[in-house]
Amino acid sequence: MLLKLAWRNIWRNKKRTFITMFSIVFAVVLSILLDSVKKGLLDKMKENVVSFYTGYIQIHKKGYWDDKTLENSFDWQPELIDNLERNKSISLAIPRLESFILAASEKYSKGCMVVGIDPEKESSVTSLAEKITKGNYLLSSDKAVLVTEGLASYLKLDVNDTLVLIGQGYHGVSAAGKFPIKGLIKFGSPDLNKGLVYLPLKESQRLFAADNKLTALVLSPTRTDKVKELVHSLQLELTDDYEVMNWQLMMPELDQVIAGEKAENVIFQVVLYLLIAFGIFGTVLMMTLERQYEFGVLIAIGMKNFRLSTLVVLENVLISVLGAIGGIILSIPIVFYLFSYPIKLGGKLAEAYEKFGIEPIFYFSMAPRVFYSQGLVVFFLALFLSLYPFIKIRRLEPVSAMHS
Amino acid sequence: MNNLPPVIITEDLTKVYDEGAIPVKAVNQVNLQIDQGEFTALVGPSGSGKTTLLNMIGGLDRPSSGKVWVDGKNLGAMKKNQLIDFRLHNIGFVFQAYNLIPVLTARENIEFVMLLQKASKKERNHRVLELLREVGLQDKMNNRPDELSGGQQQRVAVARALASKPKFVLADEPTANLDSKTAANLLDIMSKLNQEEGITFIFSTHDQRVIDRAHRVITLVDGAIESDELIANASDHIESV
Ligand SMILES: Nc1ncnc2c1ncn2[C@@H]1O[C@H](COP(=O)(O)OP(=O)(O)OP(=O)(O)O)[C@@H](O)[C@H]1O
Ligand SMILES: [Mg+2]
Repeated sequence: MLLKLAWRNIWRNKKRTFITMFSIVFAVVLSILLDSVKKGLLDKMKENVVSFYTGYIQIHKKGYWDDKTLENSFDWQPELIDNLERNKSISLAIPRLESFILAASEKYSKGCMVVGIDPEKESSVTSLAEKITKGNYLLSSDKAVLVTEGLASYLKLDVNDTLVLIGQGYHGVSAAGKFPIKGLIKFGSPDLNKGLVYLPLKESQRLFAADNKLTALVLSPTRTDKVKELVHSLQLELTDDYEVMNWQLMMPELDQVIAGEKAENVIFQVVLYLLIAFGIFGTVLMMTLERQYEFGVLIAIGMKNFRLSTLVVLENVLISVLGAIGGIILSIPIVFYLFSYPIKLGGKLAEAYEKFGIEPIFYFSMAPRVFYSQGLVVFFLALFLSLYPFIKIRRLEPVSAMHS
Repeated sequence: MNNLPPVIITEDLTKVYDEGAIPVKAVNQVNLQIDQGEFTALVGPSGSGKTTLLNMIGGLDRPSSGKVWVDGKNLGAMKKNQLIDFRLHNIGFVFQAYNLIPVLTARENIEFVMLLQKASKKERNHRVLELLREVGLQDKMNNRPDELSGGQQQRVAVARALASKPKFVLADEPTANLDSKTAANLLDIMSKLNQEEGITFIFSTHDQRVIDRAHRVITLVDGAIESDELIANASDHIESV
């Protein structure tokens, strides 16, 4: 009965109800777009670095992350890897030997990171093979390299050209080698794209004179939402010679950027919803004040104040939730379009973004949370704004209500 | 009239409004008994305290002093929600105007009270149709108040007041917004319900033609009862209709 009454009551002043609903629809759509692009960008940013390069968890020799030198490498032990991969929370453990080195062509040179990898395993975790834009992916037996597009174009090198690597190996021995470029790879993260060279693990160990050495084991967890717990249990399992780090620990800046961006969004949305709240409250107030006489009659004939105030709350929630649902429905195709065709920035703007290490593409997220969270916000906002009429009507006396 | 105890008893009922510079005694020491089956008019000049008295009898307003017993129960001893429930089950109300819920049809307006009473669907349907027939609005039952004339709205209000099977109906100037012909029609319906169903009506009015139909006329002046007369032959008029 209450619901039927509430439903009819909200359509008593169609224009006002529509205006209120439209303002909510507008706010919800705007808010969803904002959330979607923020989440899309941050997810992408994280994916670009975490999924495609560092992985969620790495194991190093203790102290490596603070002092990334070959002296802080550890011996490859097949039992260690077997043990890790037997853990149900870990799907794969991939070995890497990484070190800085100077990459050079005939005319140019640039510092870069050489990553020695097990090509098959590496690709099943970081999808490296899919990032080939020219040439072919590596085989374990190759004596060749993959070079990121940014680095290759800086050095003016292409597939089948020769890349020279010069630097320092294990225990300070000099390291130098010449490798044909087997393929070019492209990373979304501009920073990574500027300076990575991939080499089969064996070749890299030979180059750095670091036989059987690794700098990191990159772990691929079965559940990315249980990383913290996994890190904790691994830390207990492994000896003190190793450090286990999740990506937040390895890249606190990225973690902070993500947290910061989220907060920034919240501030904007608070302002947006504050404006909408005034609109809703105006409607709520009018709907309460202009019906004082009617409320008086209802209480007089035997309706309890509590029921009456519940009715009014229901009316407000109905208007707001309908507006929110409308906003969500309207935003789904918009977000879906932008999700499918992310906005690519061009020209100067794109360059500026890349300079700051940000991929110049606006990705949108279709995560359900982006949508329903706005619905929840509006629902609770409506409940909160109904507090005033709720309290007011609970105290209403029939005679004074009918007098006004 | 009968041997039943009075349905309403007031004892030194007084209401003082203390808001202005001088306190107003809207109702002053009223002692009154209303029996089952009465058809009583409350008259008096504007500001004489009719509305205030009816509100206190109906449990809508609390007296400054004195007591109201309805069906042997002291209204003053009831808590707010008890009083609302008591009104719902024992007292029917008809106000001057805007009695009805605008978004409900005539039928739904009558049914509403029974929904509050949690009556069964079968019972509701039966009673609502019966009442619509009594007030002659079967053909308007699916119309909303704004599609009804003022007289029809008041008839629906009377039907709603009766839907809860109350001990009595209080009507504060029910004909004030009606033309004389419509007013007479409403009075016909009320007195028919009084005669045939034994429903107790207490109504305030300024209208002499309405006063003429009452069986008992209580006159208030300055909040106090000035006269209280039984009209012996009032019912003759009805029977001739
Ligand atoms: N809420 C109130 N606050 C202050 N004074 C009031 C209030 N209600 C009524 N009064 C005063 O009480 C007195 C009685 O008013 P009441 O409305 O009961 O008279 P009435 O007989 O119903 O008049 P009318 O015929 O005009 O309806 C009047 O003097 C009125 O001004
Ligand atoms: Mg009055």
